[in-house]
Amino acid sequence: MSEIIKLSSPSDFESLREKIIKGRDPNRTAVAVCSGPGCLAYASGKVFKRFEEALSAAGLEGEVTLAQTGCHGFCERGPSVVILPDEICYLRVSPEDVNEIVETTLKNGAVVERLLYKGEDGLPIQKESDIPFYKYQQKVVFGDNKRIDPRSIEDYIARGGYTALVKAITTMTPEAVIAEVKDSGLRGRGGGGFPAGAKWEATAKPPADTRYVIVNADEGDPGAYMDRGILEGNPHSVIEGLMIGGYAIGANEGYIYVRQEYPLAIDNVLYALDVLRELGLLGENILGTGFSFDIIVHKGAGAFVSGESSALMSAIEGRVGEPRPKYIRTSISGLRGKPSCLNNVETWANVPLIINKGANWFKSIGTEGSKGTKIFSLVGNVKNTGLVEVPMGMTLRQIIFDIGGGIRDDKEFKAVQTGGPSGGVIPEEMLDLHVDYDELYSAGSMMGSGGMIVMDKDTCMVNVAKYFLEFLSDESCGKCVPCRDGIDQLLEVLRRMTAGTARPDDLDLIEDISVMMKECALCGLGQSAPNPVLSSIKYFKDEYVAHINDKSCPGGVCKALIAYTIDVEKCIGCGKCMKVCPVNAISGDKKKPHKVNNALCVKCDSCYQECPSKVQAVTKIRQADVITAFATSEEAANE
Amino acid sequence: MSDITLKINGTEVTVEAGTMVLDAARKAGAEIPTLCNLEGLEPFGACRLCVVEIVRGGRSRIVASCLYPVENGIDVLTESEKVVRYRRTILELLKARWPLIDKKLLEKYGVPADRMVPRDNFCIMCGICVRHCSERRKENVLGFVGRGIERQVVSYTVRAKKVCPECFDKELSCLRFCPTGVIVNDCATVCPASRDEEAFAKPVRVRDDDNAAAVKKSLGDA
Repeated sequence: MSEIIKLSSPSDFESLREKIIKGRDPNRTAVAVCSGPGCLAYASGKVFKRFEEALSAAGLEGEVTLAQTGCHGFCERGPSVVILPDEICYLRVSPEDVNEIVETTLKNGAVVERLLYKGEDGLPIQKESDIPFYKYQQKVVFGDNKRIDPRSIEDYIARGGYTALVKAITTMTPEAVIAEVKDSGLRGRGGGGFPAGAKWEATAKPPADTRYVIVNADEGDPGAYMDRGILEGNPHSVIEGLMIGGYAIGANEGYIYVRQEYPLAIDNVLYALDVLRELGLLGENILGTGFSFDIIVHKGAGAFVSGESSALMSAIEGRVGEPRPKYIRTSISGLRGKPSCLNNVETWANVPLIINKGANWFKSIGTEGSKGTKIFSLVGNVKNTGLVEVPMGMTLRQIIFDIGGGIRDDKEFKAVQTGGPSGGVIPEEMLDLHVDYDELYSAGSMMGSGGMIVMDKDTCMVNVAKYFLEFLSDESCGKCVPCRDGIDQLLEVLRRMTAGTARPDDLDLIEDISVMMKECALCGLGQSAPNPVLSSIKYFKDEYVAHINDKSCPGGVCKALIAYTIDVEKCIGCGKCMKVCPVNAISGDKKKPHKVNNALCVKCDSCYQECPSKVQAVTKIRQADVITAFATSEEAANE
Repeated sequence: MSDITLKINGTEVTVEAGTMVLDAARKAGAEIPTLCNLEGLEPFGACRLCVVEIVRGGRSRIVASCLYPVENGIDVLTESEKVVRYRRTILELLKARWPLIDKKLLEKYGVPADRMVPRDNFCIMCGICVRHCSERRKENVLGFVGRGIERQVVSYTVRAKKVCPECFDKELSCLRFCPTGVIVNDCATVCPASRDEEAFAKPVRVRDDDNAAAVKKSLGDA
């Protein structure tokens, strides 16, 4: 902010808003350099610096707005640079490309074709919204990221920011706000999908002198970073939602519980809060309406279990982040024993939109039981990884194949894991499932916070289940027996399976432990911990059976169960596998079939990957077969 | 306080509001096994052995009875098929940690032998010693460190040196309440109450020397 004038009435805010909008030319050229976590890792910070230098060298500083924005979503092709207002989208921009962009596009109005997205027909696509990855998305919550500098409240206000708050606190009663949110059908975006309006109402109801509203930004699912994307890119949207919630529920204090591992999110939120306090949009008697509200940022110490509501509140209170065992809702007795309403980042970010555009608009998006849009982090063996926002009810096939571009290296699709460690896997037969809370749940998985891990045919489902349980065994708080010892023993079973030492009754053991955990564990983490195992058994039981009875790994992943061999019929003797082998286990003459010495082989998979896809001579066989083969050849030698 | 009427295994009972289902059921003569529950200490809800099935309006739910306050009109089943099955698995898990667990209990619930991988660390993390030390003795010498399967009970060396010798073997010493006897069994070497100077810095349950050294370091060797 250039000059800070404290706003003391709604009309003060309105005149500030008008001033900001008047001072802006919608056709002004702006360069949005993505600074999401993915792009930053690909040196988008340097790209931004180069832009600063190049713009000043070209004397364009006054004509072009340059901003380091939050995540645009297309992380696979980062760093992404979008030139507004034409939405020219440059992907995989390196610092060396910047001068050319400034020269060609900003000075001469032409495009740098080589940095554009190439469609399937090989033709470049200029406009961001025409790229298939973006074309099928509906960016309601996430769309403003590229138009907002997270450090600029003016950018946010110019996009309609804080009008919903002003509307709520000046023209609506708290009850009316709750009614609107309830009517919208908004459900919690963090896990179970509990109706947000009902939660608000339950928190507002019990008599209390103090109430709290809390943002859960303890996002910790492996491979998920939606909330990070919002908090880093558009912190004000979350803050505004929280303030509206505070007004509706009757809270004067809000907390943002954000994990320490998100330093940029913390910085951006703290900066935003400072600006709001200076502006008088946060603090005592906001805009003279009598509504007082302040927000405290609490940095989490990195425990996954702290995302559980009562554990999170314990952590804010300064105690160990462990779930509370009592059967009492946090809406009645939460933080410091007061009624508390906890929603996740994305849920809060939806609130200003609902207040501004109305419940009917929100209800027009989505399915019967799930309204609005949902941001997913699409990762794994999919071509276009990134953050995608789609209306509820889109099919998995559309998300993975139309937006995600299908499976990497054009392999076969095997399964998609949704809902993080508490969710489950969904097989190919169910690709046409409409993604919403209820359909995912009935498929044995869940929405969770929106993780979506795509897996190709070279994935072992037992191994995937083992991975998630390993994660959970590190993250369980260890208080209750079902979760602490249950996960430990489940993991032992899966370790046995992947090592080829499974027992015939191991599936029964999994079943016994899992059903017990689902009902007896103390908190949601333990209750949902067996889900990755149960859902993969549900759809991929044959793989488990193969591991147990046949000692084989159909996915060809479990090292103890597989061995490599070269098909003499197919091998062309190119020697590629021999060169790449780190332990010289492959031998053979040029143009003659090669051979793997299994006694030396360390199963690094390099030869398998190196063998030309047209040839595919390197194949995986059962380890058990190798041993028999050796035995027979030794027997033969002895004879 | 008003009274609450509920059914325990089909028999109607009336108890004071705020009573936990566990106490109400025991009063009504039902046998519910517990490990982490100890009269006089806040319910902890960690061992989950006390799970019961609660039926209300045709919907049933499994809860830890030590923490679930009685409600009007609920039907508590302390030995339903589900409850027995779950208790069996919980006992099986506990046995893997604590092989000396009550044989009668194992027999009663038909716990299968040798399905679990033994984790012979004996301590079952019921937290009785920790809670006893902080809630009753108000000394806070013991505490938990670590997460998940790595969780363990440790003593705060500086305070243990001062407090434990005074408390040791007295009527209100933590080792009298330890259900597994791990503190008693190992007190000569690992109990913070031991007078052995070296042992003061060791956790109650020692996994290996490296770990003990790490704990020692993190607690600040006195």
